[in-house]
Amino acid sequence: MSQTNLKPITRNEIAQKIALHIDEGSYVNLGIGMPTLVANYLPKDKDIFLHSENGILGMGPAPEKGQEDWDLINAGKQPVTLEPGGAFFHQADSFAMMRGGHLDICVLGAFQVSQTGDLASWHTGEADAIPAVGGAMDLAVGAKKTFVMMEHQTKDGVSKLVEKCSYPLTGVACVAMVFTDLGIFEITPQGFVVKELFNGMSIETVQAVTQAQLIKGN
Amino acid sequence: MINKILAKMEDAFSGLKDSATIMVGGFGGSGIPHDLIDCLVQQDARDLVIITNNAGSGETGIAALLKARRVRKIICSYPRMADSHHFETLYRSKQIELELVPQGNLAERIRAQGAGLGGFFTQTAYGTLLAHGKETRLINGKNYVFETPLAADFALIRALRADRYGNLVYRKAARNFGPVMATAAKTTIAQVSEIVEIGEIDPETVVTPGIFVKHVALVRG
Repeated sequence: MSQTNLKPITRNEIAQKIALHIDEGSYVNLGIGMPTLVANYLPKDKDIFLHSENGILGMGPAPEKGQEDWDLINAGKQPVTLEPGGAFFHQADSFAMMRGGHLDICVLGAFQVSQTGDLASWHTGEADAIPAVGGAMDLAVGAKKTFVMMEHQTKDGVSKLVEKCSYPLTGVACVAMVFTDLGIFEITPQGFVVKELFNGMSIETVQAVTQAQLIKGN
Repeated sequence: MINKILAKMEDAFSGLKDSATIMVGGFGGSGIPHDLIDCLVQQDARDLVIITNNAGSGETGIAALLKARRVRKIICSYPRMADSHHFETLYRSKQIELELVPQGNLAERIRAQGAGLGGFFTQTAYGTLLAHGKETRLINGKNYVFETPLAADFALIRALRADRYGNLVYRKAARNFGPVMATAAKTTIAQVSEIVEIGEIDPETVVTPGIFVKHVALVRG
């Protein structure tokens, strides 16, 4: 399949697109890796509360060099800061926020998302891979809305939007929206509905590199 | 007079036996009770079952315990960290057993034990490998998985400040698993960097009340 017609956006641009979908007052968890970029594009004049699963609400950006406090780290184990009005709490409370449906949005990376909203993000299933799950399974089913941020295809050009996940699942029917470098897709009872395609790409162009069926949006 | 502050740290481990189950607080590098772990390594107990979030990295903390070959099984959510080579070596050569638990289930299973609950139903992991073989139930139209409590003989945790009754205050996100683990072990040992007189901790700010703490080890710095 020709990849030459594709006009992908950058990871930072995907992060910007996601930030536009986060309303003031939202409590948001950004997963490890690519989703942390979203924090850079949240509007500074709006109150949006970042949750970190190790026990922080009101998480701020990385400290300046030399100001690191290793008792104040994020889920990726990197030093962060606390915004005024922030709070600390223990693990059971932190996961009650996640599992109890109190978080408005979580943004997770993924290997695959299926057209029924299944998420595969934690394990490739390879025999010698060391499995690690962290809080991904709790977040995926606990947040009011689960957004996925990922490249549309693997480095080898294999579609990550699929009819059915081939990798082990993180959660069943838990994804609301998928943001890739080619477009924005909403999971509906009918499947992937296209909300936006970037840089003027046609649905045919994107469908050509997508294993799951794409449905034209309004 | 009750005084839970240890004169010698090793006294806290006097009841430790082979095959004991031990909870260890900490997330990544924060809230790790390093000195208590070092003291545990010096005890001769083997075939330990460790309940903790990560499987250690580098050469210290949980990694030192793995390196000393004291651990039969680890129950954790995220064993793969930068430089967790001691765990990786043992895991790949099948010399350690891994029970992988979603982090929220880990916290809640510990909490359930501490609160005297026989388990709980959760939506987490339904339909995934980590729920394989577990009891499920449809509740209000949603699928739930039954999870059992996690108990321990010892919990090793780190806090900022204690008094001689064992009341604890933590520091920032180093709190993580400390307060729940303190409730779920027969013997909870807290490593702290400050001791204050009774009454000096504002009762409104006590995070772990002394009832959950058996020993306090003062390690300055």
